[in-house]
Amino acid sequence: MVADAQVRQALNSVISDQHSRLLSALIANLRDFQMAEDSLQDALTSAISHWERSGVPSNPAGWLLQTARRKAIDRIRRARNFDVKSEQYGMLLQLDQKDAEEERCEDIPDERLRLIFTCCHPALDAKSRVALTLRTLGGLTTGEIARAFLDTEPAMAQRLVRAQNKIKAAGIAYEVPDAEAWPARLNSVLTVIYLIFNEGYAATRGDRQIRKDLCEEALYLARLVNQLRPEQAEIEGLIALISLIHARKAARVGPDGAMISIEEQDRALWDRLAINDATDGLKTALGRQTPGPYQIQAAIQAVHAEAVSFAHTGWPEILGLYKALMKYDASAVVRLNWCVALSYVKGPKAAITASADLAKDLASYQPFHAARAAFFRAAGDFTAADAAYLRAIELSENASEAAFLEAKRRCAKKEAEQLLGL
Amino acid sequence: MQYLALIYSTPEPTPDYGTPEFEAMMKEWRDVTQVYQDAGVMLGGEALQPVETATSLRKRNGTLETMDGPFAETKEHLGGFYLFDCKDLDEAIKYASMIPTARTGTVEVRPIMDVG
Repeated sequence: MVADAQVRQALNSVISDQHSRLLSALIANLRDFQMAEDSLQDALTSAISHWERSGVPSNPAGWLLQTARRKAIDRIRRARNFDVKSEQYGMLLQLDQKDAEEERCEDIPDERLRLIFTCCHPALDAKSRVALTLRTLGGLTTGEIARAFLDTEPAMAQRLVRAQNKIKAAGIAYEVPDAEAWPARLNSVLTVIYLIFNEGYAATRGDRQIRKDLCEEALYLARLVNQLRPEQAEIEGLIALISLIHARKAARVGPDGAMISIEEQDRALWDRLAINDATDGLKTALGRQTPGPYQIQAAIQAVHAEAVSFAHTGWPEILGLYKALMKYDASAVVRLNWCVALSYVKGPKAAITASADLAKDLASYQPFHAARAAFFRAAGDFTAADAAYLRAIELSENASEAAFLEAKRRCAKKEAEQLLGL
Repeated sequence: MQYLALIYSTPEPTPDYGTPEFEAMMKEWRDVTQVYQDAGVMLGGEALQPVETATSLRKRNGTLETMDGPFAETKEHLGGFYLFDCKDLDEAIKYASMIPTARTGTVEVRPIMDVG
């Protein structure tokens, strides 16, 4: 008899280190997400009783893979439409035979790259891609993902099942895309990871409490992709981008929980070590001479990071970088950011003119109105500034954001009164 | 796997029969069909008569009801289809994206259900 605690510890350690790897290997065999998850769960349950009786095996992860495959064989046999000739079933029997003959547990093949490309397939909707990636590669529970997205657990569970079913029924390949499809498909993977980061970033402003920090989770996933497919400039660019923003974590929220804009952050609180690492990583990426949107966005953050104060920010460089970014992403949000940079380089009046035609696209986008308010205030048009602040406050999503904007609005009002000599 | 590519587009005046524009349009369709045949992925494909010729029907309590026109009131109408045999969704999407009206309308790719 092995102590219960010892077994649990061994299991927990396999789950935390090898869960996504086990799952990725099982899906490769079974071509069925749901069955892979269920069989792995069966194997984990079985491990508790077996390991307590006969001790923790020398290769716990290999034991789990082998057992999960046998559980899958059982499940397939029990299924209503059981087909002895099915390809998956035959392969499972073969693998099991091989395990038995060689009397050892093989090393678990690492299929996580295939897994992440499948979870992030553009034929799935964006939210499902994020949820599925967090579930299978991040090891978050359905409940945790639901809380992260302010969804109910049943709704999130249903979303995951629907996505898994679509992968199977629509024949989404469990493959790493070929060279032709690679750039677009990689971009979809990186977008999902960046969305996860942004969710985590937003959560720090709301009252969403989850066990895992989604920002850390995004960084882990980006590093994982980099490890599985090294020397890709855009992956390195995304790691640098996330790290640079994440390095400002301590300075971003005040003691009262209110958010602090980059302009007013205490730069002494920025994580210099992380910034240096990220900047080095970005240099390596840029050296590969394959530019892309994530490298450019990271470069913009690097310019912010190297400024000793907000007043020292290298705006002309940032303006040029946003112009370069627009070649990849000409969305209204990117153009708005370009206008913000323009306001510091060419003055607020130029920014007011340049941003005017974004009003239609960004009518209900809070940061648009906040930016316009800042332009008007800098240009001395306090009436227009006040109206824009009010619209931004109306559109803000939480109390902390609204309070932040309200404080800005009061400052602008005070400034106006002083100028008028009231 | 088999996939049906459903071709939806907004009814637009097509060039008159016999004009060079008409020829150019037809050539595009012939060319893409040739690509599918050469690749060995094409199981079938047809163009449909315009939506004005559609009759929808349903049977309720044993009574047949017919309606003049398509089932759904949408801007884009089903105009034709291709039936592909592809190894996975990515391949089906690759071929479906060559359909000329993918540039102006929508192509819906649906796997054919395997009923054993």
